[in-house]
Amino acid sequence: MSRLAGAFVPLGAALLAFVFGAVMILALGENPIDGLLAIIDGAFGSGERIAATAVRATPLLLVGAGITIAFRASVINIGGEGQIIAGALLSTAVALWLPDLPKIVLLPLVILAGLVGGGFWGAIPGALKAYASVNEILSTIMLNIVAVQLMNYLLRGPMIDPIEVEGTRIPQTERLTDNAALPTLIEGTRLHFGVILAIIAAVVVWVILWRTPTGFRLRAVGHNPDAARAAGMNVERNIVKALTMSGALSGLAGVVLVFGSESLRLVTDGGSAGFTGSAGFNGIVAALFGGLHPLWTIPSSFLFGSLLTGATELQRDLQIPNALAIALNGLIVLFVVSSDRARGWIKDRFGAAT
Amino acid sequence: MTTSTPLLELRGITKRFPGVLANDDVSFDVRTGEVHALLGENGAGKSTLMKILFGLYQADEGQIMLRGEEATITSPTSAIEQRVGMVHQHFMLVPTLTVVENVALGLHDARKLRPDLDAVGARIREISEEYGLEVDPDIDVWKLSVGERQRVEIIKALYRDAELLVLDEPTAVLTPQEVDDLFVILRQLTAAGTGIVFISHKLHEVLALSDRITVLRNGRVTGRTVPAETDRQQLAEMMVGREVDLAPDRPIVETGPVRLSVSGLHVTGDRGTPAVVDVDLDVRGGEILGIAGVSGNGQRELAEAIAGLRQLDRGSISIDGADTTGVTPGMARAAGLSYVPEERMKDGAVGEFDVAENLLLVDHGDSRFIRNGLFDRDQIETHAARLVEEYAVKTPTLHTPTSSLSGGNIQKLIMARELDSDPLVILAAQPTRGVDIGAAEYIHRRLVEQRGEGVAVLVISEDLDEVFALSDRIAVMFDGAVVKIFDRADATRESVGLAMTGVV
Repeated sequence: MSRLAGAFVPLGAALLAFVFGAVMILALGENPIDGLLAIIDGAFGSGERIAATAVRATPLLLVGAGITIAFRASVINIGGEGQIIAGALLSTAVALWLPDLPKIVLLPLVILAGLVGGGFWGAIPGALKAYASVNEILSTIMLNIVAVQLMNYLLRGPMIDPIEVEGTRIPQTERLTDNAALPTLIEGTRLHFGVILAIIAAVVVWVILWRTPTGFRLRAVGHNPDAARAAGMNVERNIVKALTMSGALSGLAGVVLVFGSESLRLVTDGGSAGFTGSAGFNGIVAALFGGLHPLWTIPSSFLFGSLLTGATELQRDLQIPNALAIALNGLIVLFVVSSDRARGWIKDRFGAAT
Repeated sequence: MTTSTPLLELRGITKRFPGVLANDDVSFDVRTGEVHALLGENGAGKSTLMKILFGLYQADEGQIMLRGEEATITSPTSAIEQRVGMVHQHFMLVPTLTVVENVALGLHDARKLRPDLDAVGARIREISEEYGLEVDPDIDVWKLSVGERQRVEIIKALYRDAELLVLDEPTAVLTPQEVDDLFVILRQLTAAGTGIVFISHKLHEVLALSDRITVLRNGRVTGRTVPAETDRQQLAEMMVGREVDLAPDRPIVETGPVRLSVSGLHVTGDRGTPAVVDVDLDVRGGEILGIAGVSGNGQRELAEAIAGLRQLDRGSISIDGADTTGVTPGMARAAGLSYVPEERMKDGAVGEFDVAENLLLVDHGDSRFIRNGLFDRDQIETHAARLVEEYAVKTPTLHTPTSSLSGGNIQKLIMARELDSDPLVILAAQPTRGVDIGAAEYIHRRLVEQRGEGVAVLVISEDLDEVFALSDRIAVMFDGAVVKIFDRADATRESVGLAMTGVV
C-alpha cells in the first residue's frame, strides 16, 4: 500500500468518527452543522482560542511523542497519567525547594526534574517487564493509581500550601516562583514556551528513532526481539530504556501542565484527570492517530487539542455535554485501530499470493 | 504396470497470481502403479500445481483429467471424493487424539452421530498389514515419531480409498533410515496400483524412487526424464537453468589453532529435559566441522548455547582462546563469533526492517556508520549496496522490506552480514534449508571461502548432502550427544546415517 493511501486511512477513520458524532448530536436534538461550527469556533475563533488549543495540545504531543517510542519498541505504555504526575511532583518539589535560583538555572533544573520523575515512573514497569515478565499494560495502569495517591498525599501533607493548612485544606501547593514559570510566547495569551518544547521533543524523538543506533535498537527489539537478541542486542535493557524515555516525555508534560498554568501551582481534585485533563490517555490517542510517527503526532495532537477546546464551546453554545468530545476520541481510536485491521485484511485478500 | 489411460492427466494448467505466473501451461500425468517425481526449486510452481489438483486453487486455464475423464475439483473434499489423497509436508494431525480418532476426523456418515471407531480401527489394521504401514491405531499421536506420524497421514489417505497419492516433500523431516522405510512402503503402494506424485528437491531421492521425473522452473516444465537417463548434475541444471556446482571445490587448507572449543557441555531444552549431553567439540581455523543429525537431537540447543542465547548447565565454551561460557550474545560476537541462526525469519532478520537495516543489525554501533552521534546514511547505503552486490542478494532496492524477499535471498543477506564482519568462528545452522539450489551453491562457496581464510566453521545441517559437500570432519548428534566424529575420508552416507539413529 502506498504512503499516500496509508495517510488516508486515519483521515477516513476521523471522518467516520465525525459522522458518528453528528448522529449523536442529532440524537441530542441539535443540528450537527451547528455543532461542528461551534467546535471550530471554540478551537480557532480568536487568537486567544487558538492559543488555548495549542496549550491544550502541548501535553498530548509530549505524551504522544513518548508513546511512539514505547510502542515502536513493542512496549504498551498506558502509564502516561502516572508519569505526568511523577514528573510534575518532582519538578514542583525542585521549584519549592530552590525558589531563589535565577530563572536561567531553575527552569532547566525544573525541566530536568520532570524528565527524571516521569522517566523513573516509566522505568519501574520497564524493569518489571524486562526482568520479571510483568505485563506492562497492567503495571503501568496500576502505577497511574499509585501516582495519584502519592500526589494526594504529598499535596495534603508535605507539599501543601502553608496558607491552606490553616484554611480550607485544599490539596494544592503554594504559588510557585515565577523564576520557574515557562515564558509566555505572545503577551495576552496563554501560549507559552512549552509548545515549542513539545515540538522540539517530537522532532528529537524522530531523530532518535530513525537516525541513531539507540533508536535502531529500540525498533529492532520492538519488531523482533529474538533476532535483536541473536544479533547481540540486550533486549531487556532496551525495554527498560523504551519505557524510561517514554515516561520522561510524559514527565515533561507534567512540567508543562504545572509551570505553564496560570495558577502556577500543582492542584489535585483527588483523581488524576483533575490535574492531567486525561492528557496521559489522550496522548496515546494522538500518537495512534499519528500512525505512531512522532512527526505526524504533531498535527494529530493539535487536532485533538482543538477537539477538546472546541468541545467546551459546544457545551456552552448548544448545551451538549463535552463528554461528546471524549466519545469522539474513543470513536477515532476505534476506527483507526480497526482500519489497521482493514488494511491487513485488504493486503491478505488482494496481495500477491505465494 | 501401466495402462494406456493415465490415472491423472493435467493438461496445460495455467495459474496467475497478481504479478506472478505461477503455472504456465504445465502438463503432467501419472499412471497407475508409478511414482512420478515433481522436482523444482521453491517458487517453481510445484505447490501451486498440487493445490490446484487438491482443489485449494482453481486453474485459470487447462484441464484436470482423472481416469480419462475431465474432473472438476472445487475443494479438498471433492478431491478426496475423487480418490485423490494428499500428504502435506506439515502434518494435519491432532496430537492429543489417537490414530483412530485422527483417521476418523472428517469422515462423513449422515446416518450416525459419531463414527464407529472400532470399525475404523479394524480397517486401519487391514491397511497397515496390506502395505506394511505399522502403527498402533489406539495410541495417541503425540507419542509417535515423525516417521510414524507420516504413516498415519498415508493411512488417512488410503482409508479414504485414495488411488492417487500426492506426497509433498515427505522426506524433509525423516532420518535416512526412515526414508528407506518410506520408500519400501511407497513401492508396495505402487505395486498395488496406486499412482504417486512425489514432490521433492532432494536429487538422490528422486533418482532412487521415481519411475519418471518432471522438472519445473519458474512455473514451466523444463525437463522430463527417467532416472536411468539422467544424473544429479543434470537434474540440478534443469532446476536452476544453468550450470551448477553441487559440491564446491575444497582446496587443501592448513588448519590453524583451535578457534572454537566446547567441552563437557550440558544444556537443558525448552521442555526441561536434557537437550545437550556432555558434548566435546574442537573446531580449528581453516576447518569445516559438519554436525549431522535428525532435527531435535540437540543441535539447536548446542548452537544457541555457543551463541550465548541459551543457558548452559555445565561445561565450558571458548572462542579463540577466550572463555565465553555463559556470556551474552553480544559478548560471544565480540569474541569473534558470527552466527547464522536456524530460523532465519525468527532469529536471523527483522522482517519489517529494510535490507539496509538488516545488514546493519549487528554492526549498527560501529563508528564507521556514525557521524556526530547520528547515522551516516551515505556510509550505510554504500555498505549495504556493496554487500548486496557482493553476495548477490536479489532485491528491488536497498529499502525493500526484508520480509518480501525470497528465503534464499534473505539467507544470502544474513550470510553477507555475518561473513562481512571478519569472524574467527562461523556457526551456521541449517544454512541452506528451504533455499534454492542456486543460492545454496553460492552460500556453500562462501563458507568454503571463509575456511580458506582460516576461519573455523561449524555447520549444523539435517541435509546429509550438505554435510558431505562441506565438511572436513563430520560429527553426528543423537539424543543430545555427539555419538561419533568421522573424518571426511572415512565417512559414508551409510555409516553416518546409521550413527544418526544412535547406532555406532
